[in-house]
Amino acid sequence: MALLEIKDLQTQFFTSAGTVKAVDGVSYTVEEGETVAVVGESGSGKSVTAMSIMRLIPWPPGKIVGGSINFDGKDLLALTDDEMRSIRGRDIGMIFQEPMTSLNPVLTIGMQLTEPMIAHLGMSEEAAMEKAKKLLGMVGMSEPDRRLAQYPHHLSGGMRQRVVIAMALACDPKLIIADEPTTALDVTIQAQILELMKNLTRELGVAMIIITHNLGVVARYADRVNVMYAGRIIESGVASDIYHRPRHPYTLALLKSVPRMDRQREAKLDPVDGQPPDLTKLDAGCSFRPRCRFAKDHCATSFPALEDIGGGHTSACFEKDNLDKEVKDVVG
Amino acid sequence: MTTVSESAVEAQVEDLEDKTPFWQKAKTMARKQPVGVAGLAVVILMIFAAIFAPWLTPYHPEYNDFANMLTPPGADYILGTDQFGRDIFTRILYGARTALFVGFAAATVGAVFGLVLGVASAYFGGMFDLIFQRIMDVFMAFPLIILALAVVATLGTGTQNVIIAITIPFIPQCARVVRSNALAIREIPYVDAARALGFGHMRIIMRHMAPNVMAPFLILFTAFVGQAILLEASLSYLGMGVQEPTPAWGLMLQGGAEEYAESAPWVAIWPGVAISLAVFGFNLFGDSVRDTLDPRLRSR
Repeated sequence: MALLEIKDLQTQFFTSAGTVKAVDGVSYTVEEGETVAVVGESGSGKSVTAMSIMRLIPWPPGKIVGGSINFDGKDLLALTDDEMRSIRGRDIGMIFQEPMTSLNPVLTIGMQLTEPMIAHLGMSEEAAMEKAKKLLGMVGMSEPDRRLAQYPHHLSGGMRQRVVIAMALACDPKLIIADEPTTALDVTIQAQILELMKNLTRELGVAMIIITHNLGVVARYADRVNVMYAGRIIESGVASDIYHRPRHPYTLALLKSVPRMDRQREAKLDPVDGQPPDLTKLDAGCSFRPRCRFAKDHCATSFPALEDIGGGHTSACFEKDNLDKEVKDVVG
Repeated sequence: MTTVSESAVEAQVEDLEDKTPFWQKAKTMARKQPVGVAGLAVVILMIFAAIFAPWLTPYHPEYNDFANMLTPPGADYILGTDQFGRDIFTRILYGARTALFVGFAAATVGAVFGLVLGVASAYFGGMFDLIFQRIMDVFMAFPLIILALAVVATLGTGTQNVIIAITIPFIPQCARVVRSNALAIREIPYVDAARALGFGHMRIIMRHMAPNVMAPFLILFTAFVGQAILLEASLSYLGMGVQEPTPAWGLMLQGGAEEYAESAPWVAIWPGVAISLAVFGFNLFGDSVRDTLDPRLRSR
């Protein structure tokens, strides 16, 4: 059985402008020790899906209105608040986007690193401190003894993100959710941090969901990829399939918009045309239709279902078999 | 293990530990905040007087010496005696104990309750916040002294009830200010991070959010001590506060002001000076704490 199994998850926000279907029937699985990427532009529902797994959707206005989330044999949506609290930070760790603000400025690194171990595992302060030192060594920080006494403002962004990773790993979780872990970092540091996360999760056998809009990250670090658009998964498959044989116009457009070394220096970037749709005003048809170059009349009648096209590669597009020419242009 | 270690450049982002000796810091402080240091001196003087009162005077604050009633200030009685022959200097020293005890107790209880309620209100938000803030509005609608009087009228007089009476109007004041600061803190990702680590509401409020609103809290606290001393004196003066024969400045003022204003002005003047000086000292100190902790208000 899969470690995490999300089925038909629906999370909605009830606002004065209408009901926002931020996550609209998302299903995916994460196997033990596997790294799954969730890709999509801002507002596609990738972070809301992650927050739904943690059950940290703020009510009001947000609410999980349907579906199920099975984690390690437990239905997370059926747990009490207390039971859920004992899973957060212990079985599921989370890494946030902004290392500058996801650490508390008034608590020392040592206090923040040991707190989850003391709270969840009932470790003594001394034992937790010992483990904290080991964790800091694991994430590649020098002089762990001195670091433990320091405050976040003593550290640079990259070092803080290392601390955040150490915190996520502190209680030996089975799953780590990384919500755009490198977006706020310098490009050189990004690679270091991603490399570190990849090595640590492989070594410790921790599964990871990595949320990103960077397809380069996907190609290099993820086993499988889910591409999200307007609250739905529109394509999923192993990373090499997504990268080399995209079968959805949106994935294709995303790949085209990545800057590439093999193009002319003066060549313009190729952005995805148009705007993401207003999630309060979705109709019955495919939500990518207005921006899609392959759209036909029948795209307006119903939303295409995710169909298996072999090898666990699925795509939700009526025209998925008619993309070949452009795929060749992009992938080469 | 093959992890990428932090680069040498990163490692250089170091803390520059402050190794300036204390006396030098004090000197810098005195130059930067002369007014605040003067206020602090008054506060320290008052605390000193309260602690060492028995060693600073040969008299007992409640001893009636009927042979020496209404003695003017002189060699035996530095500040004179009152209508019951009690030494005024002695009573002012012991009165500092009452003032400080009531001041700090009321300010501490009021500010701490306000801190917890204010942070909780911001943290939970929504309905809880709305209802809680409206209740605070009701309390804020009453002037400080009226609300305190109402509480004493209900509970009765005595030191303990005076503290409760002064505490109650402080809570909404503190809760309001703390809440507005905590609302900003609530939006910073480390609060969500704390929730994602599975911590309970109480732990997040007390350990993760409250320390981040310490600056406004301390500013309010020092202001509250001064206000509480003044309120206690007012209540005692009105006969609704500390009761005779406990030495309290407001009480001394009341005993002396009306009847002896002309014949023995020292009976009323000295406790009045003590009250003014104490409140003045705490306010100066509080202002300087605010200037130090809140850079936005620092003089340009």
